[in-house]
Amino acid sequence: MVPITTFHYLVVAAALFVLGVIGVLTRRNVVIMLMSIELILNAVNLNLVAFSRMWGRLEGQVFAIFIVVDAAAEAAVGLGILIAFFRNKETINVDEIDLLKW
Amino acid sequence: MNPSLNMALISAFTTTTDPGMAPVATPFFFYLLSGLAVAGGFLVITRRNPVHCALALIVTLIAMAHLYLMLYAPFVAAVQIIVYAGGIMVLFLFVIMLVSIERASKDRRFNRIWPVGLAAACALMALFVSAFVKGRALFPDRMIAIPEGSNTQQVASMLYGEAGRMGQYTFAFEIASLLLLVAILGAVIMTKKKI
Repeated sequence: MVPITTFHYLVVAAALFVLGVIGVLTRRNVVIMLMSIELILNAVNLNLVAFSRMWGRLEGQVFAIFIVVDAAAEAAVGLGILIAFFRNKETINVDEIDLLKW
Repeated sequence: MNPSLNMALISAFTTTTDPGMAPVATPFFFYLLSGLAVAGGFLVITRRNPVHCALALIVTLIAMAHLYLMLYAPFVAAVQIIVYAGGIMVLFLFVIMLVSIERASKDRRFNRIWPVGLAAACALMALFVSAFVKGRALFPDRMIAIPEGSNTQQVASMLYGEAGRMGQYTFAFEIASLLLLVAILGAVIMTKKKI
């Protein structure tokens, strides 16, 4: 069997990234779009940790922790915006969120 | 960083590793966990019910935490499970509970321009594939072994510093805590009806 190398992890991360991009671009539900963004951030994390392993250095893991912090902040603010919007318009459908559209 | 220093680092790490601690059945667990992660991601973007999406995302996150363990990153794996699967996903489930789930689960799943989005994502995937096919030779065939056991301590000394000195990323760490504070305040202010 082929030994598992950094390349394998990069392929998995790329697959998850593309799945996340598809989710962001095609779903109508804003909550699921935010979940897809979490998928994208996780793919980047996997890349960082795999490179950290490849070079035997820990900077990648530290950056992965910072990205987790960013993801938490982004989820809190995004879901806050979502709740404020739902209170005003009673919808979480992207096709109907067009207040700023001219 | 220059290549010779990298090579020195690699050889230094290779010699200090205990061969008895090598992971077993790496390919099997790698394919199992990455299959779980990709399948969970696929369910996230295709399920109709947001709660099912959240549960599938939890499966993906936990599988990825185990992938981090296989990459000798136990601290990141623990953070992944505690913060993502334990914190962020609970937040998601609460918000799914607050917004109306009945209407959302009867609606169409995909938006009006989904063919465009799918085409753009396929173009991105083609870009990834071409980059990986061209850049395959850049990656070493075998992974270097890194010492185990002190991972959390090493990460902590980079984040907090050691022996009274600031670490390499202490300042960035403080900025990150400030970011979290701002995010909490923003979320509370936006969610409150009257301030």
